[in-house]
Amino acid sequence: MNFKCDKCGKPATIHLTEIVDGDKLEKHFCQNCASTDGITIQAEVPIGQLLEDFVLQSGGENEPPELVCEVCGMGFSEFRDNGLLGCPNDYDVFADSMAGILERAQEGAVQHIGKVPFGSDDVQKRQTAILRLRSELKTAVSGENYERAAAIRDQIKELES
Amino acid sequence: MDLSDLARRPTEWLRGTGGMSDVVISSRVRLARNLAGMPFLGRCSAEQTVEIEHRLRDCILAAGFADETIYVDIDQADEIDRGLLVERHLISRQHANGDHRRGVAFSPSETLAIMVNEEDHLRLQVLRSGLELDDAVAEAIAADNRLEESLSFAFHRKYGYLTACPTNVGTGLRVSVMLHLPALKMTGEIEKVFRAAHDMRLALRGLYGEGTEATGDFFQISNQTTLGKSEEQIIREFCVDTLPHIIEYERRAREVLLSKRAIAIDDRADRSLAVLRAAKLISSDETMYLLSLIRMGVTLGQCRDLDLATLNELFLMTQPAHLQKMLGRKLEPFERAEARATYIRQRIEAACK
Repeated sequence: MNFKCDKCGKPATIHLTEIVDGDKLEKHFCQNCASTDGITIQAEVPIGQLLEDFVLQSGGENEPPELVCEVCGMGFSEFRDNGLLGCPNDYDVFADSMAGILERAQEGAVQHIGKVPFGSDDVQKRQTAILRLRSELKTAVSGENYERAAAIRDQIKELES
Repeated sequence: MDLSDLARRPTEWLRGTGGMSDVVISSRVRLARNLAGMPFLGRCSAEQTVEIEHRLRDCILAAGFADETIYVDIDQADEIDRGLLVERHLISRQHANGDHRRGVAFSPSETLAIMVNEEDHLRLQVLRSGLELDDAVAEAIAADNRLEESLSFAFHRKYGYLTACPTNVGTGLRVSVMLHLPALKMTGEIEKVFRAAHDMRLALRGLYGEGTEATGDFFQISNQTTLGKSEEQIIREFCVDTLPHIIEYERRAREVLLSKRAIAIDDRADRSLAVLRAAKLISSDETMYLLSLIRMGVTLGQCRDLDLATLNELFLMTQPAHLQKMLGRKLEPFERAEARATYIRQRIEAACK
């Protein structure tokens, strides 16, 4: 269907539907008349840029460029893309950034009140230490630093016992 | 191990017994856990994946959950065996299709199953026939406690048990029931259930859970929220606040159908049975459709030739991997259609004697 601009009669490219007091009102404008009337956002801005701006805005203003977990190397954007975290430490590293995601997924809940493991008091602290050691162990092994690797293994064993 | 025996016997949780078994086929409870001090699976090296699998396998087998716990190396299992385990709900489709070191342990009764290296290091599930969630969750927690005697699971003071996906964090508890809702489907009211479930933050899925469509008359309904509620609270909300309404709704729809034209239900059930007794070739979809109509007839006392246990058995045994395992070879779809029809005829003749 070809509409003509309500103002100048040129072919219309902008179509508006307004509902005023329950009545439907359709308006048609050409690009020029629409932008003089301030109806459209500046048409020169390419769509790609608009999207980019939108993504940057909605990405959260308080968010630093990229959060990366030093233990597992997972970046926040990677988590956002595939929905899976890299290691337990990510819950702390990404705590602020994923607060919204978590709240949406969990009906706004932020505190676990269910079952806890036996002797869970310093469980978490010890767990993070082990996790960190394991990542160091990986580096040591891939760097063929076997002496260091053996020392780390002992430390892990001690913490796990 | 050889899984041929499995393919020849029905499974405990499809006995057709338990609470509300006219509508509730089975109950399932699952806990997600990860080993402390290890990355989640997506960030594990191949060696770490193997290490986790070894450690969990050893601990699970040593925990003595059953007289003889069965352990299957999924990465060593062939396609038919993996399909068989999926059809029996012992593993997820995702677990069947991975390409890393992984396994599953289950009790001979198949009511307890533990997947190793699925999305989380450990996924423990308890299955029951009918609506028996209290019992199922108690067994799951007892099994979890037993494992915690020798394993330390990733735990956070604030977030609880930590999982690879934050949608499982906290209790790691997912409860679900498989429902047979033919009358709501027939009257078109099922849409209302979908909407209500959505509003109550429940997920409605097909027969095989996540990623499967809710088609036919069978649905799985499960909780979504795992954090900020205790295990008891999750079960209570699910069993008291939600489920009875859906069950009641389905029962009422069945009664309306019955009071309007009992003979129509009888007619559909008996015709379905006649087709199953006569067919020489039959697809999986048609089988499901006909069995569903018979099942509704049986629960309304209109069809007395078969019982729920036999119907459930037919649902299970007529699926592709079961047929192939029973015959001991890979079958093309047209061969399966024949094998399925033959199996159904024999099974029904035996049951109707």
